[in-house]
Amino acid sequence: MTLWLLFKTFFLTGLLSFGGGYAIIPVIEAEVVKYGWMSTRQFTDIIAVASMSPGPIATNSAIVVGYETAGIVGAVVSAVAMVLPSLAIILIVAAFFSKVNDNRTVKSAFYMLRPIVVGLIAYAAIKFALSSHMIGSLSIHSISLIIIFFISLIALAKLKAHPASIILFAGLAGIALYS
Amino acid sequence: MKKEWKLLLDIFITFFKIAPVTFGGGYAMIPVIEREIVTKKQWLEEKDVTDVFALAGSVPGAVAINSATFTGYRVAGVRGAFAATIGVMIPTFLIVLLLGIFYIAFKDNPKVDAAFEGIRPAVVAMITFAAYKIKGSALIDKTTIVAFILSVFLLLFLQVHPMLLIIGSAFLGIILVNIRAKLGKETSIDARENQLDYFMGANI
Repeated sequence: MTLWLLFKTFFLTGLLSFGGGYAIIPVIEAEVVKYGWMSTRQFTDIIAVASMSPGPIATNSAIVVGYETAGIVGAVVSAVAMVLPSLAIILIVAAFFSKVNDNRTVKSAFYMLRPIVVGLIAYAAIKFALSSHMIGSLSIHSISLIIIFFISLIALAKLKAHPASIILFAGLAGIALYS
Repeated sequence: MKKEWKLLLDIFITFFKIAPVTFGGGYAMIPVIEREIVTKKQWLEEKDVTDVFALAGSVPGAVAINSATFTGYRVAGVRGAFAATIGVMIPTFLIVLLLGIFYIAFKDNPKVDAAFEGIRPAVVAMITFAAYKIKGSALIDKTTIVAFILSVFLLLFLQVHPMLLIIGSAFLGIILVNIRAKLGKETSIDARENQLDYFMGANI
């Protein structure tokens, strides 16, 4: 039953994965919380694990969610479910249409999809900021989290730091500050 | 027959080796694909690479995996598509699985717990930066800016399911552009790019 739910969830997620991994995070989050597999806060940690590894972030998070929910079989089922829709669509498109990206209807769909993708990513950021107690209530703890947030943001934007190294440094800061 | 299996194995191994490079977004693969697939193997021509990545970005799913699937198909049909897809997925699958196993084994350790307390705001920063980077190519006129603000409102305050929003917006885009065309108004639907730059670094 769990395996079927994992398959269904990640098949739908794979089918709707437009605009890169971060845009689909709210979809996965909504589903894992709905089925009681984990909390939003735990899911933030999964995103961190997924960002430390090479490979697409959405597929990576699906694999970790699958593993945590139903072991190695769960991980395989989630990965396969995630990639099947793209595989099928590419085979169909490659066989029947040579230039889908020149198609007017596809372009029109993307005209509205793109801003919604930005909205989904912004929503993911707000939701994770709330669940990790960064925003919502003010305390010395929340201020220290906000400082880590801004240092990370500057490192990404100005220093072009690699996400994996940012996670490493943030982790060290966490051990120094909170243990 | 034997020759075909050799080609499929070759496709599988080539993408198996490329996969760890997908660190840092699917488009990080472009120079590697050019070197391995165009220069070394001569499976594709230089001009095909643009086509491959344009298509990989227009269908759902990760660009890194999609571009492998499409290249595999170009080289050896449906079987080639499967060989490339499986090849590109296995290394990253194993790496993330290993990390996941470590995470689950140690997450209750107080030190690991403290580390994740620090990591969570860094994740929020990574996501914020992803939104910031793509806003330029997405929020191109008044309509798209209103759509962006409205989508955040619908998600946060009315708890609209993200899936519904994605499907709805695609249809809305098609309807809107067509209505405007009937009214004689042009919508600039030609993505202003450098298409390949579009979601660069979004770690797709």
